Amino acid sequence: MEAFVAAMIVAATPLLFAALGELVAERSGVLNLGVEGMMLVGAVCAFIVAKSTGSTAAGALAGAGAGLAMAALFALVALGFSANQAAAGLALTIFGGGLSGLLGRDYVGVPLPKPGPLFPASWAEAIPYGKAIFGHDAMVYLALASAVGIWWFLARARGGLKLRAAGDNAESGHALGLPVLRIRFLAVLFGGAMAGLGGAYLSLAYTPMWGEGMTAGRGWIALALVVFAGWRVGWVAAGAVLFAAVTQLQFYAQGWGWRAPSQFWAAAPYLATILALALLAGRRTAGSAPAALGRIFRPSS
Amino acid sequence: MILRRSLLIGAAALAMASGAPAAFAQEEPLKVGFIYVGPVGDFGWSYQHDQGRLALEKEFGDRVQTTYVESVPEGPDAERVLRQLATSGHKLIFATSFGFGDATAKIAKAFPDVKFEHATGYIRDVNLATYSGRFEEGRYILGVIAGKTTTSNKIGYIGAFPIPEVLRGVNAFTLGLQSVNPEATVSVVWANTWYDPGKEADAANAVIAQGADVIAQHTDSPAPLQAAENAGNVKVFGQASDMIQFAPTAQLTAIVDDWAPYYIGRVQAVLDGTWESQDHWGGLAAGDVHMAPYTNMPDEVKALAEETQAKIASGELNIFSGPISDRDGTERVAAGEALDDAAQLEMNWFVKGVQGDLPK
Repeated sequence: MEAFVAAMIVAATPLLFAALGELVAERSGVLNLGVEGMMLVGAVCAFIVAKSTGSTAAGALAGAGAGLAMAALFALVALGFSANQAAAGLALTIFGGGLSGLLGRDYVGVPLPKPGPLFPASWAEAIPYGKAIFGHDAMVYLALASAVGIWWFLARARGGLKLRAAGDNAESGHALGLPVLRIRFLAVLFGGAMAGLGGAYLSLAYTPMWGEGMTAGRGWIALALVVFAGWRVGWVAAGAVLFAAVTQLQFYAQGWGWRAPSQFWAAAPYLATILALALLAGRRTAGSAPAALGRIFRPSS
Repeated sequence: MILRRSLLIGAAALAMASGAPAAFAQEEPLKVGFIYVGPVGDFGWSYQHDQGRLALEKEFGDRVQTTYVESVPEGPDAERVLRQLATSGHKLIFATSFGFGDATAKIAKAFPDVKFEHATGYIRDVNLATYSGRFEEGRYILGVIAGKTTTSNKIGYIGAFPIPEVLRGVNAFTLGLQSVNPEATVSVVWANTWYDPGKEADAANAVIAQGADVIAQHTDSPAPLQAAENAGNVKVFGQASDMIQFAPTAQLTAIVDDWAPYYIGRVQAVLDGTWESQDHWGGLAAGDVHMAPYTNMPDEVKALAEETQAKIASGELNIFSGPISDRDGTERVAAGEALDDAAQLEMNWFVKGVQGDLPK
């Protein structure tokens, strides 16, 4: 059971990074469908830097930077040139898939050591479930901390209020003197850095290796989590953990001898997450999509 | 000026078309096309096919020119890509996934002067050959090694999907396992993906947590090897490539898909004008399947593995020779007989000793 909980937390981490980043971008009114592409480029750059410097931290930074650079490209097109956000985001995903494959060409089949746990091993042994709680590498705790930080920022900080204003009613925000485009630009860059970290977690810690397309759709799952969680940080985190839990459950349940077609297990994480979030989160937060989400804003004066 | 140049080009084209095409064919490199279902960077199935392509270039140098198209979806896209290769002068085209079968058969009819080869397929034509590898022979050896290595008598086996190709591997592995250790059982976990490093690692960690001390896999990434290495005290087998760098103290051996000898032989046949349609299903003997070095095991286990390998390669040991019963007790192969190829291709049952769900 301890191994199950630990595996669940590990599997939730890349989703959490990517979904939290996308949530911030969407709350500012920008729909970026390029999460998968940003994750892939983040993963490959993180791997290359970690391999050549020997430092996981440097790799993670490079992953975040690469995701941010990809997001800047998207922001230039979607905000600078007012292009359609959905089309620009899809293009970013396709571009990211190709670019990461090209960059990672010489790194296929190259191993990387797994980063050690952040906390001393004695902590993990001191309490029940200690390994599931204290046994992870630093990036897992970074993901949790950023969930708390983003919740605080959006709910309590002045900057968060401005960001939400840009996403809910860009015209009014603009009339009040808010730099709507700058806010959105920064939110998109932050989203890219978080997606890059999500990718970096995959190639540095989850499975320390580079393989083309190794995100295997996690960027799309993160996007869906944001929607089903009603754009709320707590529910995004809960959704990521639930999705990861059911994903892990399929492997454990097969060993426990629970009989179900393997196709059912393949679909189960999606079904469970959609059901849980649509029923629970949907009921409590009626129509909480940012009102200006995906709409192009051009400052009139 | 422009007119004269285009006239010149036209004249040259005419000369090429009418004059001595045979002479040209001798001097021009043979264009060989490949289509892959995955990215060449998967370090698994498509990667190994691409290694075969690179071996062609090395072997023939200027005499061949190779082209590959990666990540081709199975279906209409494959047909479009194949047609494009055929119209752009490729004379030999390898379609390297089962799902390209229908598209390849259709395009082969439309281009009778182009030779096609379809991996793991069954549709053949005068200009369409099929080929595959008997990887199960290698899996039987893995089973033997696992039987001598395990102390918990529980083996974890990560399968991609419950299809005959995978079931054949599970059964071959289990027959090898039980030939040396009748107490041991195989727990199959379906990952429901060919390639998702994260999920493959999760599946490996799950069976390790449930007591397996040897892991085998039939998915494409080296993630389960890393999981075994990190767990310590768990041994593991590489898949499609030698993956020792991912598990230097845990990998026992690996089944290596080596398409190079086959590809080189077929290209040579085209160059010599002796190419014929055929169904090639080679194993250890043909060199399509070979084993990575036997490591991290006692000498007597290594000797046993080598002996088993030699027996299979020489034909002395048929891995699917009877009597074989499935796990429900139905006899599938009678004593003194062996499972024929057709029955192997549509295998949909588990032998005794396999635990795990088998969807109907």
